[in-house]
Amino acid sequence: MDKRTTEKEAVAELRDGMTIGIGGWGSRRKPMSIVREILRTDLRDLTVVTYGGPDAGLLCATGRVARLVYGFVSLDSIPLEPHFRKARQAGSFRASELDEGMLQWGLYAAAQRLPFLPTRAGLGSDVLTINPELRLVRSPYDDAEELVAMPALELDAAFIHMNRADVHGNGQFLGPDPYFDDLYCMAAKRRFMSCEKIVDTADLAKSGSFHTLKIHRAMIDGVIEAPGGAHFTECPPDYDRDEAFQREYAATARDPDAWEAFRQKYLELGSEAEYQEAVRNR
Amino acid sequence: MSDFTRAEVCAVAVAEAFRGDGERLASSFGTVPAVGARLAKSTFEPDLLMTDGIASAITNVRPVSGGGGEPDVVEAWLPFRTIFDLLWNGRRHVMMVASQIDRYGNQNFACIGPHEKPKAQLLGMRGAPGNTISHRTSYWVPNHGPRVFVEKVDVVSGVGYDRARELGEASSRHHCIHRVVSNLGVFDFDTPDKTMRLASVHPGVSVDEVVEATGFELVVPAEVPESRAPSAEELRLIREVLDPEGLADKEVG
Repeated sequence: MDKRTTEKEAVAELRDGMTIGIGGWGSRRKPMSIVREILRTDLRDLTVVTYGGPDAGLLCATGRVARLVYGFVSLDSIPLEPHFRKARQAGSFRASELDEGMLQWGLYAAAQRLPFLPTRAGLGSDVLTINPELRLVRSPYDDAEELVAMPALELDAAFIHMNRADVHGNGQFLGPDPYFDDLYCMAAKRRFMSCEKIVDTADLAKSGSFHTLKIHRAMIDGVIEAPGGAHFTECPPDYDRDEAFQREYAATARDPDAWEAFRQKYLELGSEAEYQEAVRNR
Repeated sequence: MSDFTRAEVCAVAVAEAFRGDGERLASSFGTVPAVGARLAKSTFEPDLLMTDGIASAITNVRPVSGGGGEPDVVEAWLPFRTIFDLLWNGRRHVMMVASQIDRYGNQNFACIGPHEKPKAQLLGMRGAPGNTISHRTSYWVPNHGPRVFVEKVDVVSGVGYDRARELGEASSRHHCIHRVVSNLGVFDFDTPDKTMRLASVHPGVSVDEVVEATGFELVVPAEVPESRAPSAEELRLIREVLDPEGLADKEVG
């Protein structure tokens, strides 16, 4: 099956109030071309599940987020995402802040179609007071240990970015870490994978060992070829993080005029192609 | 040799915190913890596992700046999923930074002020809740003062002894706050009610100075020893191998 589609078509499936998951980690291999497409729409009131980076920052800064489910929001070389910080301090969305491992556990529970998975993570901490909906569960065995029942984080849609993919939805990561991208896909009703390059299926195994073929086609509904799609986050070995661009983006959180200029220059454009051109010409 | 900086004393105190850990993942955040953990691995704890901060375990000890020295020797693949598995499995000792810490070792680096609308958003919960309930944890405070060592933290990210005790034996059996190293001294929880005790003061620091800089009542033994001074070999390792740029000095100020 040829599952090729576009950012526009994928994002057109979203509705206000939906829960979406965004793969990658911090400022690493984020499906940014899809985030940028969301910014071209009027979508609002989203619940966003993420190991957060500029995806969370941009969606928060543009008022798209009703609830953010996260353990952190970081730009890596800048430890705290400044647009996220600003939105947090304004109290502009509901902050479902979890332990990093709990986030994985919630995605894994949804991926396994389980209502929850037990974990010690969160016990004794204010994760349980910040998130009063979280409940405990007691082991039915003799130990009777009390654990956090991390509820499934079921997603309406998941978006991930890979280095290579074929048209059928097989995806390959060539960088150091698969992160939790497969779990986002398995936790979601609709699953979209952007990639640096679409290649013939037979060529996937030429780029890296079969261990790098982490995403298989039963996980994916749509494939989007998006060279530079993770910009300005890193996407090794295809490219490093664009640190200069990231610094420019981060600095706009302190200056409304600079933010407005950044929006006009990079975000209020008609297409991803125009964005990539604006980045090249800067 | 008696000529050493405060940051070097702190690095040695960090290294001492990792003493006895054996074949565990030593995770450190901040520059002084990075120097100290590497110092332990270079001297008395050669079996410590360490990562490159990305997704590899590195068997050789490299400068904290990441630059110079020999190339990384990768001994294992440790993507985040494996790190989570490993930390829940317990073979890890993490040294995190505390923006606030109380007498029971409850730590906050999530935010200052109410969580719904914080005055200052900090790092967030990150892995602190899971780390502290799963394996040995220590803290690094580069700026010891009453706004860091507080009566009550605004938000509990890392679980302290009072809260662990309330959870009961089954849930808290892997909880251990091992040491707190600050720019003024070293602290442990070797007291009957597991409240913070002054274990040693760094050379040049008085006990009164530490007590004044602490926003809660610290347990102070009758005799407070001085933190161990770096040996000549440790100073050589810090200055020539681990931190030739002196980044640790900048962190301590």
